[in-house]
Amino acid sequence: MSLQVIKSGFLSLVQDYGRYGFQSIGVTNGGPLDEHAFLWANRLLGNDYNAPQIEVSYGAFSATFLDSTMMAICGADLSATVNDLAIKPWQSYTVHAGDTISFKAPVTGLRCYLAVKGGFTVAPKLGSCATVAREKLGGITQDGEKLVEGNLVKYFPQPHELTKRVPSTFVPSHSSEPQSSESTSQYPKKINLRFIPNTSVTSAGEAALNTFTQYPYKVTPHIDRMGYRLSGAVINTPLAGIISQGISLGSIQVPKDGQPIVLMRDRQTMGGYPLLGCIAYVDLAKFSQSLPGTELSFTPISVEAAEAELIVHKRFFGVAH
Amino acid sequence: MNIFRVSENTVIILFDQVIDADNFSVIKQCVHNIKTSVNDKWIADIIISYASIHITFNLLAVSGIDFTRALKLALLLSNGNNANNDNAEKAESDQCSPSNTIEIPVYYGEEVALDLAHVANNANLTKEEVIAIHTSQIYDVYAIGFAPGFAYLGNVDTRIATARKPTPRQKVARGSVGIADQQTAIYPSESPGGWQIIGRTPIQLIDYNSANLTQFTAGDKVNFTAMSQAEYLQMGGEL
Repeated sequence: MSLQVIKSGFLSLVQDYGRYGFQSIGVTNGGPLDEHAFLWANRLLGNDYNAPQIEVSYGAFSATFLDSTMMAICGADLSATVNDLAIKPWQSYTVHAGDTISFKAPVTGLRCYLAVKGGFTVAPKLGSCATVAREKLGGITQDGEKLVEGNLVKYFPQPHELTKRVPSTFVPSHSSEPQSSESTSQYPKKINLRFIPNTSVTSAGEAALNTFTQYPYKVTPHIDRMGYRLSGAVINTPLAGIISQGISLGSIQVPKDGQPIVLMRDRQTMGGYPLLGCIAYVDLAKFSQSLPGTELSFTPISVEAAEAELIVHKRFFGVAH
Repeated sequence: MNIFRVSENTVIILFDQVIDADNFSVIKQCVHNIKTSVNDKWIADIIISYASIHITFNLLAVSGIDFTRALKLALLLSNGNNANNDNAEKAESDQCSPSNTIEIPVYYGEEVALDLAHVANNANLTKEEVIAIHTSQIYDVYAIGFAPGFAYLGNVDTRIATARKPTPRQKVARGSVGIADQQTAIYPSESPGGWQIIGRTPIQLIDYNSANLTQFTAGDKVNFTAMSQAEYLQMGGEL
């Protein structure tokens, strides 16, 4: 009835779609950094969009299925194996009692989602089991602890079904051409991200936006579930700071050193740095998988166009809100 | 005030970018009008702050354009209420958005008030005078953020306003009451922090297992009362 954790890995966290409705008391959303991969893993198994999974970051995680079920992995290729046989992401698999799944190290991308049919059974706290260590919320202990060796993550055994694979058009690849053969994820070394520019008084300003869109930026090693720090041409802004205000997912802050920070799922609910804008929601998936050194370029998108894309995305996966 | 679309499913209403009680009372009125006149199924999350209201809407229930229009209408109501400054109108508007005043007992003893001496020296006052000033005021809860339940209260009397510590502490104990410039706050849980610590409360500020979760929300009012060491210990305070 459980998945038994053998090796905890660098950062392996129970996540559902996230925690909503509590920002007024300072509680952040949490949830999957790569929502595209997370939602595909649930879809492959016919799960509810919100069904809890394990987000394995960077690898070094292994665990044994104590009962038979269907499982799926989506997202980064972390050289996963079942009983030492290689398996690829973006597919579902049958596993039997005693089978051990292992994620070694990243081949492409950073975060892989492990889902079981029916979802892991994890009690919610404030409406969600999303693990946010800083807030002591979520996870199997309900207090924000990451998974550790010996943990039992519960699920209900499921009979064998036909395995499924994500259509190649939906698997991240280098080119816009769909991949022809065996699908594995490929996260390019150069990516373009669309962003909704900030036109308000909290904006870093016209000159700052020009710098940001004209020069390439790189992902630094300082990336975590709260935010990804970038490096590149220094962004000068006339504002030293702004009066702290609520912060949206994907917001691009400009701290004093002029090196932007993109705020992710575990961000603090308020911030006081000038803002360049907000990365398009659907582009955060590939961004979250980008390794340090990945080259980024930024293009403005209208909020209406981005909104239309997000509605299509949420409807496609049956997301409720 | 102006409404801006921040992202696909978030908007921010920006008010005069100043921190003061009058500006904040306009914000409270707007929040009240939004909550009473905008379909609550459209609103997923609200973050109230000193000079802004950040709202996440459910874009599967309402388009950004329609949501923004609904907000505009709600804000027009607020403008109408604030146009009249006479006392009768003011009393009426206070009535529509009542504020709770929550009393927070604080132990200002030296075992827990790590920076009280510094604040007093800096202000050229005695510790007792600092305590008297800190407890003499009713503060607005301007915002909750930084950490769950962390409430930014203001404005602190300029006589005891003190800059943050140059180097933040690695650990600030739960319940610590701090001052940073003209703001005061209580640390709801142990965390790193750079505020000047002048006391500690035994009251639990956030409890994920309680129905209310927090003692107060943005828009409430808070006042501090001094308590003795014996009272502090009796209420479960730790030294």
